[in-house]
Amino acid sequence: MTQLTIAPGVSRTLKNHVSLSQTVQNSFSMAWRGLLEIRRTPEQLIDVTLQPIIFTLMFSYIFGGAIAGSVQDYLPLLIPGILVQTVITTSVVTGIQLREDMDKGVFDRFKSLPIARIAPLAGALLADTARYAIATTITFVVGFLMGYHPAGGFGAVVLAALLVIACSWAISWIFAFFGVIARSASSVQGISFLVLFPLTFLSNAFVQPDTMPTWLQAFVNVNPVSHLVTAVRDLANNGVFGADAWLALLGAAVIVAIFAPLTVRAYMKKA
Amino acid sequence: MPASPTGDWAVEAHGLVKVFGDNRAVDGVDLSVRTGTVYGVLGPNGAGKTTTIRMLATLLKPDGGEATVFGHDVRREAQIVRQLIGVTGQYASVDETLSATENLVLFSRLNGLGRAESRRKSAELLEEFGLSEAAKRPLKNFSGGMRRRLDLAASLISQPPLIFLDEPTTGLDPRTRSQMWDTIRRLVATGSTVLLTTQYLDEADQLADRIAVIDRGIVVAEGTSDELKHSVGSASLLLRLTDAASLERARHAIQDVLGVESVLSPEAGRITAPMSDPDSITDLLIRLRADGIQVAELAVQQPTLDEVFLALTGHTASDEETAGDGTTTGAASGADNGLAHEPELETAK
Repeated sequence: MTQLTIAPGVSRTLKNHVSLSQTVQNSFSMAWRGLLEIRRTPEQLIDVTLQPIIFTLMFSYIFGGAIAGSVQDYLPLLIPGILVQTVITTSVVTGIQLREDMDKGVFDRFKSLPIARIAPLAGALLADTARYAIATTITFVVGFLMGYHPAGGFGAVVLAALLVIACSWAISWIFAFFGVIARSASSVQGISFLVLFPLTFLSNAFVQPDTMPTWLQAFVNVNPVSHLVTAVRDLANNGVFGADAWLALLGAAVIVAIFAPLTVRAYMKKA
Repeated sequence: MPASPTGDWAVEAHGLVKVFGDNRAVDGVDLSVRTGTVYGVLGPNGAGKTTTIRMLATLLKPDGGEATVFGHDVRREAQIVRQLIGVTGQYASVDETLSATENLVLFSRLNGLGRAESRRKSAELLEEFGLSEAAKRPLKNFSGGMRRRLDLAASLISQPPLIFLDEPTTGLDPRTRSQMWDTIRRLVATGSTVLLTTQYLDEADQLADRIAVIDRGIVVAEGTSDELKHSVGSASLLLRLTDAASLERARHAIQDVLGVESVLSPEAGRITAPMSDPDSITDLLIRLRADGIQVAELAVQQPTLDEVFLALTGHTASDEETAGDGTTTGAASGADNGLAHEPELETAK
């Protein structure tokens, strides 16, 4: 072994805390690992590639005529809605994969390294934004091919996409939390869809809420998903970054502020 | 007394306890590992070895007791402890989907090395552990031995002064095992302190300066390997004859030369006897030749883990669970070189 002699424990400078810059750096290293894993196992991307295509086609041809008179007229309403719904659904997979990942031996090493405790989680979630970006792009492309022409222009569409990705990243902390506390990957799926279905369908994603009963409208109007959908519509269709966009961002920040510490704590407890 | 200023003690643990449900997996373990030595924790499956190591390596929170690594508390100063240790788990703690290089680069980056330095360090370690050719291959195609070597390489990135090895050779074939031993010896030569667990007395004997025998969550014996072996008698003789008719005469010869009562093994024609001095085997052989007794097979073997356990705890290691694929190939000492080795356990006593 060509190694030099090892510096003894007492003569090293040591810190018992992790600085913010180190936390960020650790998280990016972990995100790099996540991206490599996605590249190695491209079959994991089936959901983010096929789901946007199938859902967009299905919803527009089934409901287009009934809701907006024609498929063409339904697209400006539907595409932002289906975009939000698809990408948020994708974030459930983040929790499931995290659960599977945590059972691997490599997490023992992560825990034994002098890195920020949040890094393995934040890194995994960060890498998954690549998945959200794929789902977002495909949804818009399918929309364009079907004849959707967002009036807001290209820049506004990109901004809308970034907004959706950012909010989904925030929401993925909820599912990451379930991922950490759950016993198995399949139970994560169970809990997550139970939360997700009411949240995405009881919103303005597919229809305007004024046809709903008033008590339901009340919920739909406070549902953060509705605000996100409205924000995307404003941006893509009118090029306006309005109050709903700010509300969506605020909601995202609140979710991260609550669920990131909860998740890290649960993760440490499992350690 | 914590000896942090001098760094004499790499590990000091007092009364460590870990409870899982109503199972007291570790029930008051005391360990003191002197800096620069190899310390072996020996015990059967389920004895609490891994749990003990996981607590010392900050992977598990102890439910009771105190433990320090170079004077730093594993609970209060966990982050400091993590900067001083390398951990190689029982099941390879490397990422299966990444290649060997990618694994080492990732762990280098996490250890705070720059991009270029990480690449350099990874290449260096792969070279050192004979993994350069497999560097780009995905780990799925790695053999058990290669995986362990990569795992160990990953633990050495930050050149930690203390390395935990949890059953480093379990499941490896004898050749890979001895390679692993060489690697561990070289590691110690660079100044590392090593705390390893093992199910094999032979392994502890080969590598460790001191050994703690652990059973059902407590340390039942502690000392150098010689001290431990003397507590069970240093060796045992195994003799098989070509002609079963001369068995009684052979037992007589053993009685005369070694001064001990021999035992007829269940398998016909085999005699076993405890030995205090392996050297007296020469006298016995001369006597057997003089008596015209023909020897088919003869072996002097170390006390097995089972025998150590039996002596220390009053029950065999395999009572709990089979002690792995288990028997240590009994290269006892130079005295029996060239003689047949019988690696079988003889639990019937």
